[in-house]
Amino acid sequence: MKNMPRPVLYGALIVALIVLSIVSLSAGQIWIPWHVWSGVSDDPRWTIILELRLPRTILGIFVGAALGVSGAALQGYTRNPLADPGVLGVSPMAAFGAVVTLYFDLATQVPWLLPTGAMIGAFAGIWILLTLSGSASSILTFILAGVILNTVASAGVALAMNLAPTPWAVNEIINWLMGALADRSVDEVRFAVPFIAVGCGILFTLSRALDALTLGESTARSLGIRIDRTRILLAIGIGLATGASVAVTGVIGFVGLVTPHLLRPLVGARPGALLIPSALAGAVLVLAADIIVRLTPSPAELKLGVAMSILGGPFFLLLLIHMRRRAA
Amino acid sequence: MSLSVTDAHVRLGDKQVLGGVSATFATGQVTAIVGPNGAGKSTLLTCLAGLRKLDRGQVLLDSTDINDIPARTRAQRLAYLPQIPEVAWAIDARTLVGLGRTPFIGARGLSTADDEAVDRAINLAGVADLADRTVATLSGGERARVLLARALAGEPEWLLADEPLAGLDPGHQLDAGDLFRRMAAEQGHGVIVTLHDLHMALRMADRVLVLAGGRVLADGAPRDALSPEILAQTYGIEARTAEGAAGPMIEIISRRN
Repeated sequence: MKNMPRPVLYGALIVALIVLSIVSLSAGQIWIPWHVWSGVSDDPRWTIILELRLPRTILGIFVGAALGVSGAALQGYTRNPLADPGVLGVSPMAAFGAVVTLYFDLATQVPWLLPTGAMIGAFAGIWILLTLSGSASSILTFILAGVILNTVASAGVALAMNLAPTPWAVNEIINWLMGALADRSVDEVRFAVPFIAVGCGILFTLSRALDALTLGESTARSLGIRIDRTRILLAIGIGLATGASVAVTGVIGFVGLVTPHLLRPLVGARPGALLIPSALAGAVLVLAADIIVRLTPSPAELKLGVAMSILGGPFFLLLLIHMRRRAA
Repeated sequence: MSLSVTDAHVRLGDKQVLGGVSATFATGQVTAIVGPNGAGKSTLLTCLAGLRKLDRGQVLLDSTDINDIPARTRAQRLAYLPQIPEVAWAIDARTLVGLGRTPFIGARGLSTADDEAVDRAINLAGVADLADRTVATLSGGERARVLLARALAGEPEWLLADEPLAGLDPGHQLDAGDLFRRMAAEQGHGVIVTLHDLHMALRMADRVLVLAGGRVLADGAPRDALSPEILAQTYGIEARTAEGAAGPMIEIISRRN
């Protein structure tokens, strides 16, 4: 496919993001009509906008961007289109970190412990992933390391639920694990946004290195790329971006996997050129999905993480089939 | 300008791959490194490229230890072309050649000067007709030529190429050989290639380094380094140098046991 000129691609994604942000602020059980927007500041519906919809929208944008760029960076680094923080066990480890705090009921006493647990889990996950896969990071060892992390994390979560002191704690864990943007407040925004912004910023600097890695590690090194430095920056960037995302919304899969994949043909398949568009498109995807989830009539509100998983499984399967066809 | 290696020792697992290799390479020359499979040719080349640390010994680029040169500066001066190429994504050939400019570009991507260097490299390697093709659709030989263009795109002072002729048809082998000769003779670059084709080594190299079992067996003018005695010792073959229509050639007669 012919590359899309960069201004056109960026422009289209930014316009989509702005439109969806406005819809996200307006849509829900109570629709905010246009005339409320034009100034009358004592309209009670402003409270809904400012205290419910605004944090939800901002988090949607940042979490989507974090997941999109994390997926793009991991795919570029591993040279594998199936890589993503969820598949490789980073998000599950972050979730495990958070579940530990829920299990010990620490989160109700000290609110910042849950996000901290998630961040620690995410950093442990990405660190183990990059260490296990070693300096000769063959794709196979990378995937194996991801499988191991996933297994450990889900075993840990299962153990926490198994041993949970009260049914209430189990409920809390399950509820949190499903991943959602609903009922988030300005506190979550204040916590997550700086980490995500710094994490994405770090990942954006890897563009040149990821491009060069297209030719493999030794050629990239011969082109002056310092692989060890790239690896450390990748770990910090993903740890911050994914960790902070999971910390405030739980596990939302699929975004990191699908976003780079959909954009790849539009940027001539250059992994470095995928980073910023993946951030924008990740934000678009999460915002759009959150709006749909909000408007889907159901007895209990459908959780965003659940909806994403429902979409993600079949997509993952199609991607595999497509790759096998091309390889054959 | 020189690139030299002194007393290089490298061990991989329990195999001593290089056991004390010393050699000095000069710009303005094409040097061919030949030797049997597992002789340590590729390892020596990665050491010269500064990509592998020696267990003992030293690689000097103009009297500076290659490990003390910042990676980016080294990459601007010295291009390395690995034997087994890896191209991960469905990028087109021109984009691939552009990756050769990596040591020169900043955050803004390729500049006009970079684009011009990419054009020159594409023309030098004769791959203009392949430039818009996706690399995955190229044949092995076509891909090898595009990857060679990638190594030329940095316009390096030193080109270190591991088996650059493998997979090329005879016509393109001659083209690549001529290209190396012109780079050395006309532009004063240093070209170091590993080869299996002894005839091509004789034909295109100013100097041949014969490596066997991680040691230098011969180092000198092609006809001296590829003498029947040395070939017998290195490869276990009976061969002789003969005069062909295009100069000297090596005729391989039989396997010696």
